[in-house]
Amino acid sequence: MPVPQRVVDALCGRWAGLAVSEFRGQARVVVPREVLFDVLTSLRNEHGFDMLVDVTCVDYLRYRGAAQRFGLVYLLASTSTNDRITLRVMLDDPDPAVVSAVPIWEGANWLEREVWDMFGIRFEGHPDLRRLLMPEEFAAHPLRKDYPLQGRGERHNFPVLARREA
Amino acid sequence: MTEPWIEARFEENFLLTTVEQAINWARESSIWPMTFGIACCAIEMMAAGAGRYDMDRFGAGAFRATPRQADLMIVAGTVTYKMASRIRRLYDMMPEPKFVMAMGACTIGGGPYFKWGYHVCKGVDLIVPVDVYVPGCPPRPDSLLEGLLRIQDKIRGHRIAKQRGDGSGFMCRGQKVEDELPLPHHSGYVLAPADQEPMRDHQKVTPK
Ligand code: SF4
Repeated sequence: MPVPQRVVDALCGRWAGLAVSEFRGQARVVVPREVLFDVLTSLRNEHGFDMLVDVTCVDYLRYRGAAQRFGLVYLLASTSTNDRITLRVMLDDPDPAVVSAVPIWEGANWLEREVWDMFGIRFEGHPDLRRLLMPEEFAAHPLRKDYPLQGRGERHNFPVLARREA
Repeated sequence: MTEPWIEARFEENFLLTTVEQAINWARESSIWPMTFGIACCAIEMMAAGAGRYDMDRFGAGAFRATPRQADLMIVAGTVTYKMASRIRRLYDMMPEPKFVMAMGACTIGGGPYFKWGYHVCKGVDLIVPVDVYVPGCPPRPDSLLEGLLRIQDKIRGHRIAKQRGDGSGFMCRGQKVEDELPLPHHSGYVLAPADQEPMRDHQKVTPK
């Protein structure tokens, strides 16, 4: 379902600096990092987007025409009207951090942990920002584009259990 | 291997066997696997448990949801580093005698993730001792059943008897008789006769 124009208009009327684009009837809004939490809160409380479908991230390192490195993507849906909207925050390298969305949607908890694990984006105010998919002792963020394709010796560093110790 | 049941030597409904064989028979016909699937191979494992392949024929269809009640751990799928410690923990929680079947290329040695996978443990035998390896990506349910039969072979070779100790005293402690590991079965490979016509297109040589 295309997102209603009134939602986009309301967002653009309230905050400056939003960039709206459309793709196949889906609205995509690029939000500055500073107002992200307010925009998310307003979308949930005033526009009925009560479901956080996904939080994910794209690494635009060495991507054609990309000005900033990370694009953090929020996919929202409304279970009553079936509307969907995509939010994107551009983050840059020295301190890729945003405010956590856990106070708004509880379901953001693991989604943000996964983004932290794979891309190393810090979520400020997250109650429990630990790695979700990789073991605790893993040091890198493997879905970043500068993580070597061949890994960093994970194949060789695993301790081998001998049969007599098993 | 073991002797068959001694039957029909006495009157009806009376048969004679050894404790060892009776126990092994009971064990091998009620291998309860753990409900435990970690990737795509688990789908084949479920198919093996469902009606078409029917693992229940071998007494192994009772998938238990707790390691405490399970005899067999079918490691069906990709073992990630994060999962590795959990698998070891589940294995430690299973009561003896316990068996592990490594199902699929991932579990045997990392599979498609062997070379560059930053997240996959290169073989579950680095974590737990494996009894039977079932290769394939994924193995067909038939292969899984074959692996199950090999585990039954292994159980049949268990010995609970003890050798005599040095003989001093009543109830003297002896040493456990070694288990008989089963001989490998015939693999089923048959050499194709040389004069046979190629059966499939890709076997035919296209004349230039
Ligand atoms: S061996 Fe193949 S089918 Fe099995 S878990 Fe690995 S990738 Fe999936």
